[in-house]
Amino acid sequence: MVVAYAILDGFDLGAGAIHLIVARTDAERGSVVRAIGPVWDGNEVWLLAAGGVLYFAFPQLYASSFQGFYLPLMIVLWLLMLRAIGIEFRAQSTSQVWRGFFDTTFSIASGLLAVFFGAALGNVIRGVPLGPDGYFFEALWTNWHVVPNPGILDWYTVIAGVVALVALTVHGSLYVTLKTEGDVNARAHKIVSVLWPALLAVTLISLAATLYIRPELLDNYEKVPIGFAIPVLVFGSLAAMLWYHRGGREKGAFLASCAYLAGMLGGAAFAVYPNVLPASTGPQYSLTIENTVTGSYAMHVAFVWWVFGIVIAIGYFVFLFRMFKGKVSEAGGYGH
Amino acid sequence: MDQALLIHRLHFAFTITYHYLFPQLTMGLAPLIVYLKTMALRTGDDKYSRAARFWAKVFGINFVVGVVTGIPMEFQFGTNWSHFSRFAGGVIGQTLAMEGTFAFFLESAFLGLFLYGEKKLSPKMHWFSAFMVFVGSWLSGYFIVATDAWMQHPVGYTRLADGSFQLSSFWSLVLNDWALWQYAHNMSGAVITGSFVMTAIGAYYLLSKKHADQAKLFIRTGVIAGCIFSVLQLFPTGDQQGRMVAHHQPAALAGMEGLYRTQVGAPLHIMGQPDDKNASIDNPLSVPKMLSFLTYQRWNAEVKGLDAFPKEDQPDNVPLLYFAYHIMVGLGTIFIAVMVGSVLLLWRGRLFDAKWMLWVLMLSAPFPYIANTAGWMTAEIGRQPWLVYGLLRTVQGYSTLVSAGNGLFTLIGFMGMYTVLSILFLFLLYRVIDEGPEPVEVQVRIPRDLKEAASAVKN
Repeated sequence: MVVAYAILDGFDLGAGAIHLIVARTDAERGSVVRAIGPVWDGNEVWLLAAGGVLYFAFPQLYASSFQGFYLPLMIVLWLLMLRAIGIEFRAQSTSQVWRGFFDTTFSIASGLLAVFFGAALGNVIRGVPLGPDGYFFEALWTNWHVVPNPGILDWYTVIAGVVALVALTVHGSLYVTLKTEGDVNARAHKIVSVLWPALLAVTLISLAATLYIRPELLDNYEKVPIGFAIPVLVFGSLAAMLWYHRGGREKGAFLASCAYLAGMLGGAAFAVYPNVLPASTGPQYSLTIENTVTGSYAMHVAFVWWVFGIVIAIGYFVFLFRMFKGKVSEAGGYGH
Repeated sequence: MDQALLIHRLHFAFTITYHYLFPQLTMGLAPLIVYLKTMALRTGDDKYSRAARFWAKVFGINFVVGVVTGIPMEFQFGTNWSHFSRFAGGVIGQTLAMEGTFAFFLESAFLGLFLYGEKKLSPKMHWFSAFMVFVGSWLSGYFIVATDAWMQHPVGYTRLADGSFQLSSFWSLVLNDWALWQYAHNMSGAVITGSFVMTAIGAYYLLSKKHADQAKLFIRTGVIAGCIFSVLQLFPTGDQQGRMVAHHQPAALAGMEGLYRTQVGAPLHIMGQPDDKNASIDNPLSVPKMLSFLTYQRWNAEVKGLDAFPKEDQPDNVPLLYFAYHIMVGLGTIFIAVMVGSVLLLWRGRLFDAKWMLWVLMLSAPFPYIANTAGWMTAEIGRQPWLVYGLLRTVQGYSTLVSAGNGLFTLIGFMGMYTVLSILFLFLLYRVIDEGPEPVEVQVRIPRDLKEAASAVKN
């Protein structure tokens, strides 16, 4: 579900981040917003649904990480609000100045959210200073070193944040190319061309940095060599993205970008398994799947209703995306 | 009280109170919109469609603010109530996750169709999307109430050695009998808000001599729904909810009623100020023996007062609990009077000319919000000093590693953010009301073939 959230909300975060660059005029900006307008809050629901599942399935993990990440989570909440305000109130305001204001709010909040989500993932990979009681509290930043007393932001998590920003920007640009025509479409293509080498570079840097601070993450891959399929997927999808993009096949490039995001997240999850929140204070304090999971009865019932619910939910989304498929024009569309 | 504990309580209380201003209207309006869409489909009369479109705009604005302010609620269980989440997450996480999976997906997917899809969808499909938005918002309400109900009246759990709760019976959690009555009472309260707001805007238009045909439709729909649900709010839902409290939370009942001493034939205090120091009600206006009768249907039944419970098990703020409860009941009584009076005038055909009544209806709009808020305060302050009634104390649940300073900082941050949100919200709502429902479209009034006419309008 986290992967679903990253892919779905990822493109509207990315589209938001490039919003100011890709669309210059008011009408162009309107078309970008309309491309994500009918779907963004549905995408955000994935975040809530994933949070809910995390809550009942791993209560200890939820309790520990939400308290420990108190400050960044509050900032994320405010950014989510600003983003929602930007996108919704933009459509409602008539004055150019206000629209410009909301466009900027939306764009900045989207970009910062991408950075924060990346940094959060970076924290999980790096490990957090868990105490013996399974709790911790991190300041926003300390001395920017990863040990011994890290903050939310240090050199490693900042790299992770940049990776997320670049990756989601590319992802969002590809979505915009799918949904728009004309100048906006051309500029979105240009952004992808410029950022693709950057994405390759930051992906390699983050990989090297990860292995530098946590070399033991390779253990799982050595134990289960099939896991090496994941990095192959990551780089394969990067190559495919470029190939489809050069060939002007927008859908293929977008799907390759989806595969890239899934691969990055899957690779991280595979590497930290069975930990769900590794401790920087020593492996004996790490939160693992076994020591955080709720009772098996609860997991069984939940599995039944969850599969049932998610199948219905996917049904709605297929229906919704089909209703709103195709390109948006500058003048109108979607019965606004 | 520990300073950090107080701040975490205020943090949640502030954000949830603000949040609930919006869902109570959307949940209340949803069935009224479905009614309008149904009438539009059945009669083919365009005035219903126009009314539905107007209310969809109001719904949309409220929905967005509801979503935006709702996300922090789920986060705060972990951020501000970390220990509570570790103990109880395995149980209440179920209902919260079900809300996401069953209600939010449904609601957000169909709201998109309902708000943006009228021209693309057939009238029947559009009706269906309105109906699904209604189902989604009401399901959402149910899962939240079921979550709260478990904290009020925990069922279907086992407790492990480390103090954490595990789910042992899914159906008793989902069909908690506390949840069923609380839900009925709460949803009826939401419809009261929806119908008072609908009536108030209708009254405003009528008084300002604008959109007369729409205004009359709003008022008629609003007062009839308002009348039905104001009565349902008292009986049976409020009555049953009260008995549930009396049965499972006698200390909360004693606090709500300001009953300091256990009495045979206990009186019902209509007015008066609770005096904690002397353990009595000052300047009381009471109906003798009424509380015994209402609670146990016997005039001389014994009702437990606060003195029957050790100090540490009593609600920690009796005056606030007492006043919240009395404000809720008092307003509920006034709602019945206003709405029954309006329906009588409507029935006599005099409501639309009765200026004084239109003024009353217009100015009543804020009061259901106050009543609903006071009702929730009654439920949650009555639950104190427990987080999970009888099992986990509030003082055991908050995030001990988040300092009072950090808590206060983010509380003030939310206050600032919500102030901005309020300004934008009121501005947009004002504009929607000022624009009013769209005027009558001549083409669409020809009832021959609605679809053809609609496409003619579009072209």
